Amino acid sequence: MPAFPKKWLWVVLVVAFAWPLLEPVFPDVVSNYRLFLVSTMIIAAIAVLGLNLLTGFNGQISLGHGAFYAVGAYTAAILMDKLNVPYYATLPAAAAVCFVVGYLFGQPALKLEGHYLALATFALALSVPQILKYKWLEDLTGGVQGIVLSKPEVPFDLPFNEDQWLYYYCLVTMIVLFWAANNMLNSRSGRAMMAIRDHYMAADTMGINTARYKTVTFGISAAYTGIAGALSASAIAFVAPDSFNFFLSIKFLIGLVVGGVGSLVGSVVGGIFYVLVDNSAQAISTYIKNDLGLQFDLSAYTIFGILLILLMYLMPQGIVGGVYMLFRRLRRG
Amino acid sequence: MKTSRRTFVAGASAAAVLSGNRVAFAQKKYSDGASDTEIKIGHTNPYSGPASSYGVIGKTIQAYWKSVNEAGGINGRKVNFISLDDGYSPPKTVECIRQLVEQDKVLCTFNTLGTPCNTAIHKYMNQKKVPMLFVATGASKWGDPKNFPWTMGFQPDYHTEGVIYAKHVLANIKDPKIAVLMQNDDFGKDYWNGFKEGLGKDAGKVTKHVTYETTDPTVDSQVIQLKDSGANVFFVIAIPKFAAQAMRKAGDIGWKPAIYLNNVSSSVASAMKPAGFENVQGVITALYLMDPTDKQFDSHADMKAWVAWMGKHNAGASLQDASNVFAYAVSSLMHETLKKCGDNLTRENLMHQAANHHNLKLPLLLPGITVSTSPTDFYPIQAVQLSRFKGETWELFGDVMHAESS
Repeated sequence: MPAFPKKWLWVVLVVAFAWPLLEPVFPDVVSNYRLFLVSTMIIAAIAVLGLNLLTGFNGQISLGHGAFYAVGAYTAAILMDKLNVPYYATLPAAAAVCFVVGYLFGQPALKLEGHYLALATFALALSVPQILKYKWLEDLTGGVQGIVLSKPEVPFDLPFNEDQWLYYYCLVTMIVLFWAANNMLNSRSGRAMMAIRDHYMAADTMGINTARYKTVTFGISAAYTGIAGALSASAIAFVAPDSFNFFLSIKFLIGLVVGGVGSLVGSVVGGIFYVLVDNSAQAISTYIKNDLGLQFDLSAYTIFGILLILLMYLMPQGIVGGVYMLFRRLRRG
Repeated sequence: MKTSRRTFVAGASAAAVLSGNRVAFAQKKYSDGASDTEIKIGHTNPYSGPASSYGVIGKTIQAYWKSVNEAGGINGRKVNFISLDDGYSPPKTVECIRQLVEQDKVLCTFNTLGTPCNTAIHKYMNQKKVPMLFVATGASKWGDPKNFPWTMGFQPDYHTEGVIYAKHVLANIKDPKIAVLMQNDDFGKDYWNGFKEGLGKDAGKVTKHVTYETTDPTVDSQVIQLKDSGANVFFVIAIPKFAAQAMRKAGDIGWKPAIYLNNVSSSVASAMKPAGFENVQGVITALYLMDPTDKQFDSHADMKAWVAWMGKHNAGASLQDASNVFAYAVSSLMHETLKKCGDNLTRENLMHQAANHHNLKLPLLLPGITVSTSPTDFYPIQAVQLSRFKGETWELFGDVMHAESS
């Protein structure tokens, strides 16, 4: 997969940081609601990155990353609700808890390959909402009622509103996490991870401790997704088992495949894609019915599905891979 | 006619006075989402995902506003009803509601569905001071005008209903030994807490309490456990599918307790018939709406009007489904409230009007049940009537009971 040109990266970052400040100039483009929406895209991008580290760079399939997202969100919520921990301190805590959970789950996962691992993680995604409702944990998790939280407050009397602050908070977290992931992938450990993906036996023969790399990758991947969960708990200011149903895990997988497996930029594109399509699918379906006059009651998920099939057909390598191929073809032609 | 200068002046000044008066009388006031031509209302409902069976409620409400608009709207204004799909996922509800309030700038939201979904937006709506009217959940927390002055419920809350059953058990059954089957979520717990409160010091008479998850295939083993406890009263807190299973199983294994069934599962078509009419004779429940499958209402004017309306404006929807009755009744309450606002369509006035209904009659409510609210009472419907199942239909008995929730 191609690396993103550094020049463009800086342009994107400057735009990202300056965007909320343009509110006085373009009040319609930079509304608080839009900022909130972009914050959810950033959170999704981090979660997809977590899954990408495991599936894209290490070759282990997971259908259950919604579970780690839930664990991260609940860790943050419980810390804020019961122990009055400030919201920014919940990120490292959620990362640590999810790393441990992911690492431990990675141990039995060592014995499982391919489809079997997919099924085991699938079971994890199904069971976590039930476990959260379990009566022994109810005092902690609030059971089905969930936990109501407060939104992150703007510190030091900075001249931001809540949504602007949330946006910067998510943006900075994302940049730090992507920078860390990029460094890791370009190191000895990263190359070992990818070697395991490309040829397990060869990597083993080369002296890579495959068992340790696989479990640690599982832990790191879970930690990334857990941080995304903790951010979402702050952003939505409410957690409940219904927020983490099985569709969440599938959405991460869709984001991963659509954005580009094994690509950092692809994770961002994937995160943006699933929030965007999730939001516009219903609008498209009502548009088809009311404005185009077709008497089909297409549900939002049908639209989602059609878009996915089209994308997979036209860009089998994901959006980032597809755009890259297009550029290459243009240059050659 | 020749117009002299004097008559002209007189006429002109009269016109000025009149028009001045008109300005003074018809002072129109608007918040976001209301104008001379339009009232914007926001709504969220699961049209997709695990709870999409509730989608029929949203569709019937949409049909309702369409029919209102075709008949000329409310005080000359068309209702622009924006309904979004939240898939019963609270984070998605927050997104949808923020879009409705900040982008679409609705006047209020109406009948947003689901306890967790409404919990997620509860604080936000009250911070933004946007009316969140007649939410579609029976949890008891929606009537708290002191802390949440912008949120109002609709149906009798589950807690109160639980209290009513407990009182009836204690008054009518000698030496009760009570078995409880409960759906393990907030809906089940609200009933259960109300029931326990109603029992008071007799809470020890519950000999067995078991739960099930909505993902369970059946509740057979739970019912067998309950029978083995030797109970003579069976309180069923379950949605229609499981309520039907539980009552059928009880009949199959020859257990004949006095059965109390929560209102949620009172539909003849979706619970009583599948359970087998022979198994549900004498079952007691509390009702507040007319059941469309209940033959005794066939000749009632409200029911006839509803059937005619369904045929004309909501063709294709099921006439058996109590959800369609619910949607129609709650929409007509919103309709009445907006009508009462007149030309003063501010959010403050809307809340004020919603909190000032006095014995308002709504279509399809049981005879004798009306809507009453006040600035300190945010529970629109608080009365129910007990009914006993006989033959193939519910038979109302006793008086309409007005319960004040704690």
